[in-house]
Amino acid sequence: MSELLLEARSISKSFPGVQALKDVDLRLHRGEVLAVVGENGAGKSTLMKILGGVYTADAGSILLDRRPVVVSDVDHAQRLGIALIHQELNLAENLDVAANIFLGREPTWGGPLRLIRRRIRHDAKPIMDRLGLDCSPSKLVSDLSIGRQQLVEIARALSLKTRILIMDEPTSSLTQRETERLYQVIRDLKRDGISVLYISHRLKEVEAIADRVVVLRDGRNAGELKAGEINHAAMVRLMVGRELTKFFQRTRGAPGKRVLDVHELAWSGKTGPSINFTLRAGEIVGLAGLVGAGRTELAETIFGVRKRIAGSIHIDGAPLRIRRPKDAIRAGIFLVPEDRRTQGLVLAESVRDNLSLPSLDRLQWLRLVARKREKQLADAQVKQLNVRTPSIRQTVGLLSGGNQQKVILGKWLARGPRVLILDEPTRGVDVGAKTEIYSLMDQLAANGLAILMISSDLEEILGMSDRVLVMHEGRLAGELPRERMNEERIMHLATGGAFK
Amino acid sequence: MKKFIGLFCFLLIIYGVLMTSQVVGMVNKQREAGASSIDWARIEKAVIDNNYNLLERVGLNGIVCLGAAILIISGGIDLSIGSVVGLSATLLAMLLRNEDYGWHPVPAILVVLLMGSLIGLINGLLVTKVRVQAFVVTLCGLFVFRGAARWVARDNVKGLGVQYDGLTEVLYKSESLGLPRSVIYFLVLAIIAAVFLHLSIYGRYLYAIGNNERAARYSGIATDRYKLVAYVICSTLAALYGVLYLMKHNSAQPSSDGNFLELYAIAGAVLGGCSLRGGEGNILGVFIGTAILILLPNLTNMIGIPSSLEYTVIGGALLLGAILDEVLRRFGTVQK
Repeated sequence: MSELLLEARSISKSFPGVQALKDVDLRLHRGEVLAVVGENGAGKSTLMKILGGVYTADAGSILLDRRPVVVSDVDHAQRLGIALIHQELNLAENLDVAANIFLGREPTWGGPLRLIRRRIRHDAKPIMDRLGLDCSPSKLVSDLSIGRQQLVEIARALSLKTRILIMDEPTSSLTQRETERLYQVIRDLKRDGISVLYISHRLKEVEAIADRVVVLRDGRNAGELKAGEINHAAMVRLMVGRELTKFFQRTRGAPGKRVLDVHELAWSGKTGPSINFTLRAGEIVGLAGLVGAGRTELAETIFGVRKRIAGSIHIDGAPLRIRRPKDAIRAGIFLVPEDRRTQGLVLAESVRDNLSLPSLDRLQWLRLVARKREKQLADAQVKQLNVRTPSIRQTVGLLSGGNQQKVILGKWLARGPRVLILDEPTRGVDVGAKTEIYSLMDQLAANGLAILMISSDLEEILGMSDRVLVMHEGRLAGELPRERMNEERIMHLATGGAFK
Repeated sequence: MKKFIGLFCFLLIIYGVLMTSQVVGMVNKQREAGASSIDWARIEKAVIDNNYNLLERVGLNGIVCLGAAILIISGGIDLSIGSVVGLSATLLAMLLRNEDYGWHPVPAILVVLLMGSLIGLINGLLVTKVRVQAFVVTLCGLFVFRGAARWVARDNVKGLGVQYDGLTEVLYKSESLGLPRSVIYFLVLAIIAAVFLHLSIYGRYLYAIGNNERAARYSGIATDRYKLVAYVICSTLAALYGVLYLMKHNSAQPSSDGNFLELYAIAGAVLGGCSLRGGEGNILGVFIGTAILILLPNLTNMIGIPSSLEYTVIGGALLLGAILDEVLRRFGTVQK
């Protein structure tokens, strides 16, 4: 093994409400391609951002060339030779390739501007050749394909004399051919002694390119795989495997008749074959998959937020024309969105106003708000859901995440849903509120509601779902009934695997 | 809440200083002219006249501030208010004049108001369906409608002469209960607006849309429809202002009537507590904001600041208000 270049020891980092990393170690050697894998929320991005200077660790140390360093900011990281390429590329689209490569470090000697531009273009050429970036240095970045744009980012990193290149989900927007070219570029960089830290959900790619794999789970080290040990199954086994805590109730009985039918559904920008599935009364169906798999898009299409370009949606067998949320709501389909702050609540308004908002057409008299009935509704929901708030007049933005989530649920429950779609219902919610929400979901299902629960938390999926649908890159990769549900199978489907 | 108490106090202070300086000024003038005793009757009359004059202007301006406020609360903006006023006044003048079309006042006024609503509809549709930014749409409207006014009148001033003295008297120049007509109109409209904004479900929808349009839509509110309504209301009120403006001045100048009015309308709404982000503001605030905007220049005049600085004073007050608003907001969150 070549020499040790970078070592991270006992890195810990927490954000309000969540411990993102705890005592994480990482070792990177010169000229090595090290893949970092893990589920959503395992801490991969956080760790890379710490190494890249975007965040600072709360605890732990980083050693570069066996000497301790504190990476204070991105600029410092770049000077140390560490460059982070984000999943969303950070290029100035209106400038050309050469300008982007030298952005912020343009040569500033005297002479007219034109001369400097020529110099920039001249200096950019060798770097571009090294990467096989065969366009002209004066080509506008916005005219390039994503694959080429990515190479521009790498070129920028190289011009900074980078020794450690960190790439976060580099192939999520690339075609197969561009991905192959990226592999070649990485192999060439390896040969030149540059190390690559590669984060990806696409385990097949990791198999193809990585020398070693580090697996994170719940913010901690879960294991390492050396060359020869790297395969899909081994990675998945390390990525999952926690104990399930027993805090999921099940009082509901067997599911009843079909409530929601989705036939051949597709939305604009969707890849892969169309989606078909059914929801029955009284069941909780989990919808699992990795970030970007299309789960939220599916929910948004059913709810009418996103434009449906194919397929149909039926309630109780009757087809629906859903063109906007109002139509879905009228049919009894409600969505608790992923981002409660920007989509689920009007933060500046009170608990009462938020709870009554979708039901105002039923709380009116001659189109004037029926204040007394509104207060009754608000009080009832606060009581039923145990929303912790000093009063219903409290600004909802001041409540905790869990209570905010309850307000969103409450506003829908006041209207009597038939189908409830929950997108990450317990994200950023404390344990106490989580249990309450789970118990509520169970109760609702027992009362005949059909629930579709999108979640990235496998524990939650396994604990709450009667069956699970798994999405992968815009299509339904598979369905698992409760008896066959386990983490490995779900992750297998979510990462592109299949079952005979 | 604190904001309104503060604003109201500010208004009272301005008013108080204004009255005081007017009285003191007149007393001094009399003393300087060598009077042996103060003619209070004359001072009283002057003060009452000034008050009446101020009230009349507050009432008139309040109408467009109401429209602007309702629109701003819903998250929109309208820069074409002034040009719509110009177009309305000009159009009405031409419809009424015997030299031009000689219509009966009732259909003439209705047509002009309808035109205002139509303009609002166009603005609203461009914003909600074509998704052009409101600022751009109404900025274009500012130019387009001004040009339309000038073209329709061939850039001529359209005077009503004495033909409609009876009408202007009835519609605008006379008083009821000691209050100028414009104040009556404003009060009626303000009460309707208050019921609409603060008591009806539509008001709730508008505030929700202004605060967080996405969340409102996700809650099943037909956001496009209500935004459209807000644009129609704003432009219709602008047309109404144009009608009353013609009644007040007896003639319409297509190239200049209503110039800058949108800025006053927006300033009045903002001074009265509306946030340009949307979702904030109330009718009482609109009244206060309009009043401050009218009183402040009058005050600066009274206390001797040259009238050339009038705009600067208004701008300064607006800026001060915005800064205070931000400071209060920060202080509020820190305290928590």
